[in-house]
Amino acid sequence: MDMITIPAVNFTPILPEIFLSVLAMFLLLMNVFSPNGKKTYLSYISFIGLAAAAVLVGSGWGAHVESFNGAVVLDNFATFFKIIFLLSAGLAVLISDQYMEREGCNHGELYPIILFTVVGMMLMASGTDLMTIFLGLEVMSVALYVLSGFNRANRKSNEAGIKYFLLGSFSTGFLLYGMALIYGATGTTRIAGIAAILGQMTLPSTNIMLVAGMLLMFTGFAFKVAAAPFHMWTPDVYEGAPTPMTAFMSTGPKAAAFAASLRLFLVALPTLQVEWSQLLWVLAVLTMTVGNITALRQDNIKRMLAYSSIAHAGYCLVGFAAGNGTGTSAILFYMLSYAFMNIGAFAIIILVAKKGEPNGTVMDLAGFGFKHPVLALAMTIFMFSLAGVPPTAGFIGKFYLFSGAVQQGYIWLAILGVLNSAASVYYYLRVIVYMYMKDPTEEFEWTKLTAPVALALVLAVAGTLILGIVPSFVLQYAQLAVSML
Amino acid sequence: MENLNGYLIVSAILFSIGTIGVLTRKNAIVIFMCIELMLNAVNLTFVALSRHLGNLDGQIFVFFIMTVAAAEAAVGLALIIAFFNNKETIDVDDINLMKW
Repeated sequence: MDMITIPAVNFTPILPEIFLSVLAMFLLLMNVFSPNGKKTYLSYISFIGLAAAAVLVGSGWGAHVESFNGAVVLDNFATFFKIIFLLSAGLAVLISDQYMEREGCNHGELYPIILFTVVGMMLMASGTDLMTIFLGLEVMSVALYVLSGFNRANRKSNEAGIKYFLLGSFSTGFLLYGMALIYGATGTTRIAGIAAILGQMTLPSTNIMLVAGMLLMFTGFAFKVAAAPFHMWTPDVYEGAPTPMTAFMSTGPKAAAFAASLRLFLVALPTLQVEWSQLLWVLAVLTMTVGNITALRQDNIKRMLAYSSIAHAGYCLVGFAAGNGTGTSAILFYMLSYAFMNIGAFAIIILVAKKGEPNGTVMDLAGFGFKHPVLALAMTIFMFSLAGVPPTAGFIGKFYLFSGAVQQGYIWLAILGVLNSAASVYYYLRVIVYMYMKDPTEEFEWTKLTAPVALALVLAVAGTLILGIVPSFVLQYAQLAVSML
Repeated sequence: MENLNGYLIVSAILFSIGTIGVLTRKNAIVIFMCIELMLNAVNLTFVALSRHLGNLDGQIFVFFIMTVAAAEAAVGLALIIAFFNNKETIDVDDINLMKW
């Protein structure tokens, strides 16, 4: 047994995480000691805190600092992903307050828990040790179980919470067993150490312990990004969870799972790339197809977007399977644009639905285009972007994902992706058809547009359009982020 | 250590029992116990490997897994109670409000 030496600790790489944790604990206390009633100010403070954290994170761009004996790293890859997490959390906080007020579950704990989720995600993105990645993943997941079951009085929300909890911790078991076996095969939990030892190994693909570990970890991450055939929990959880939390869960945590798995597979296991990219090929095709085909026949709009979110994870897996600079940087770009367009779409759904969301179907949008032309225009932009129609962010993202696959020689994968994308146009356009071409069946019970929701919508529309029209500067950042991996 | 394989086989068997339990049992709390069994199988693997490799990383990992399992138990049982309050059952066959 070697002696334990206490290393010199540099706290700069986790400064934003520390800041957000302290803020979250402070907000919890504030919530306890403040008189019962309005909790709106907590959402403002959290939004400002998230913005401040974004400034902190952004100021670290270009640095490469390792700390905690190589367990955490601050690099461009982590920074780019952290901005995505903060953005999706910020938008989710903006659209939460009004919804929670309407549903009668505006408990102040919501905002601290969102902040803790962000801390977990940030640790996942900057973790360079299996332990750090696991801890980040669990901080994120445990907080998400609470968020999805947040509306305690609502049965659907209960079900979502239980389902997510049982299946999420089940998948954690697989992920951990995979980590244990990889530790056994290499003798270290550091990502750089694993890569170094695998580099010296002759024929690592014949080491049973290593391959089994990789497969188990692969399963665990496939659960987290909701890739078929491990996607069964997604539609139920996304439908049952409070809508702002669905918007959050489908963007931030999904990006976090991609961040951790990209780092693990590209940095620690590049020697097995032939094996895992074949697996990803199959997984990507399955995920895209299952997501899109099932979304075609959904009437419930939250469920439809849940299946669409599975399909979008499939598109990102196309870039992951390619594993080259274009494909992986396109994942970063796509996750950023997906945060804008998906949270925007959910914000509109929140405004349209009635208290308790009795049905929340696509038909409820009938005639929306004439009653509220500006909001309907925003929804149209989001739907076009999700479908991948230029000049929106969704188009550029898909274009680079598929061109990454083509560069790597996966022509069929790209063709299947494009076909899937074409099929998805049906259910996105269906929303637009109902908004503009059908007469309303009943009077809108309209939830008033408040300033935070309006701000979220403006940000989402601006992001979707700017990333679609002038994508080059963000793409450059994404390429820089991946090149230093 | 002479007999690493023995430990690994036991933990693999425990992990499989946990997995099968999750897939076949109907009571949410029993399912949760099966998940805990899976996590503890992983702990056994880590400790055995750590001893075999003569390296403490694995044992430290076990501490973190136990801590996380405790946090998960708190949240999970709270969710199960919230569900029970609304529906007077914790049978997963009754978690059926949402279907495709």
